[in-house]
Amino acid sequence: MDDLVLVAWTLLKVLLVTVPLILCVAFYTLAERRVIGYMQVRLGPMHIGPWGLLQPFADVFKMLFKELVIPSNADRFLYVIAPLLALAPAFAAWAVVPFSEGVALSQIDAGLLYLLAMTSLGVYGVILAGWASNSKYAFLGAMRSAAQIVSYEIAMGFALVGVLIAAGSLNLEKIVLAQAGNLGFLEWFWLPLLPLFLVYLISGVAETNRAPFDVAEGESEIVAGFHVEYSGSAFAVFFLAEYANMILISFLTALLFMGGWLSPFQGLIGGPLGAPSPVWLLAKAAFFMFCFLWFRATFPRYRYDQIMRLGWKIFIPITIVWIAVAAVLVVTGVLERGT
Amino acid sequence: MVVEQVLFFALGGMLLLAGLGVVTLKNPVHAAMSLVLTFFTSSMLWILLRAEFLGIVLILVYVGAVMVLFLFVVMMLDINVTPLREGFARFLPVGATVAALMAVQMIMVLSSKHFGFDQFAQPAAVTEGSNTEALGLELYTNYVYPFEIAAVILLVAIVAAITLTHRKREGGKTQNIDKQVQVRRDDRLRIVKVASESNEGGGT
Repeated sequence: MDDLVLVAWTLLKVLLVTVPLILCVAFYTLAERRVIGYMQVRLGPMHIGPWGLLQPFADVFKMLFKELVIPSNADRFLYVIAPLLALAPAFAAWAVVPFSEGVALSQIDAGLLYLLAMTSLGVYGVILAGWASNSKYAFLGAMRSAAQIVSYEIAMGFALVGVLIAAGSLNLEKIVLAQAGNLGFLEWFWLPLLPLFLVYLISGVAETNRAPFDVAEGESEIVAGFHVEYSGSAFAVFFLAEYANMILISFLTALLFMGGWLSPFQGLIGGPLGAPSPVWLLAKAAFFMFCFLWFRATFPRYRYDQIMRLGWKIFIPITIVWIAVAAVLVVTGVLERGT
Repeated sequence: MVVEQVLFFALGGMLLLAGLGVVTLKNPVHAAMSLVLTFFTSSMLWILLRAEFLGIVLILVYVGAVMVLFLFVVMMLDINVTPLREGFARFLPVGATVAALMAVQMIMVLSSKHFGFDQFAQPAAVTEGSNTEALGLELYTNYVYPFEIAAVILLVAIVAAITLTHRKREGGKTQNIDKQVQVRRDDRLRIVKVASESNEGGGT
């Protein structure tokens, strides 16, 4: 009986995270179209609901009622399961994301490793979709994406090594608490780990296959890359996974480098402004989510060989050097290690 | 714990099925995906045993990196499935002998009096901190030399593999990005003043 209650309670907690996440994805797609619209001096969707607020739901229903086309000679089983393989890790990673002190689905000590493992699984959806579609364009997109994700994962992992040297823990909650102090936002890890912070942010954009690193889709070169053959709800699932991953990377950047739920004025002023609060975390994550859209409206797509060069020859050396620098900073006591 | 038992049997059954799939499925991509499922379920079993570091690292290294590159190669192969099955009868005696030998060896090793659960003391549980922390402390203090030597051997293997396969091709064109960035206008552009042929019509 106790076990059943435990399972039910866990499922309820999972729903408490995933349902707001799905809603967030829905409005994120709307925000993307509105924000890029404004950046390009047009309005974006504005007719369905007040200020176009119901547009995502209209899109979802349109997708659900469309036919799911399976190409001839496609590998049926893998073709159908690929979108799910893209979505599952994007959701599973949220299990260790803390929203405030003590508020997380699971506070495992190997949280950072778990996140790396989950984000590295997302590539399966992409490469299986590309292979199972039995289409040249989809396959090209899958190959590009596999090479890109494997390359940038190394830089991303090394950036996280810097964080765990500075924090002294793999537990996400302890990493955030290690950034507490009396100097406001100067205590956060973005300052001592500035190169790693930038590498992480850019690698995050590359890992999610977003512009300017969206060569896996590259509509001007390979139509739509790995999901060119997908229609209807299967396409919607790929979309959901991509946006869930973007939101995840935004939250992680906020947690690992920007102090999570800590106030930017911590220790400087008292009262509610200086107190830690989940609102700070949401605000920081929203800023990085906005950056994703901003990048897309600003930068032209990188050429494929330039992406590889950036990942292997620039980012990985930078991260290796800065891991050594971070270790020296911690050992000499310049950077106070969290406990 | 009932939940733990249910999970163990579900995962164990899945692990066996997936392992069977690796060797029986004809399509190499399906077999590779079966192997991914095998890794994944065995990592779940490790996590059930509270070895969360090993479980997560298994996913991170084997599923997240090794198998992706494996699939990368397997997908590029254009394998016709029918010729693969032709030699089945011919190679069956050899395969059966090797399988039987391996089975006998494993039975001999595992059932001897030096192995078995009663021969080993229960390992002491990590009492303080997580086993990630405990493993890290052990690796970087007591076993730091073997650990570093293993790392160097792996590095040598990487360098060897690259030097063996890397061939310099004659006449290949590569970009020198530094040179490209340093280019100034005067290197590429020459402004030539061309005298106009006549001044009538007022052109410039």
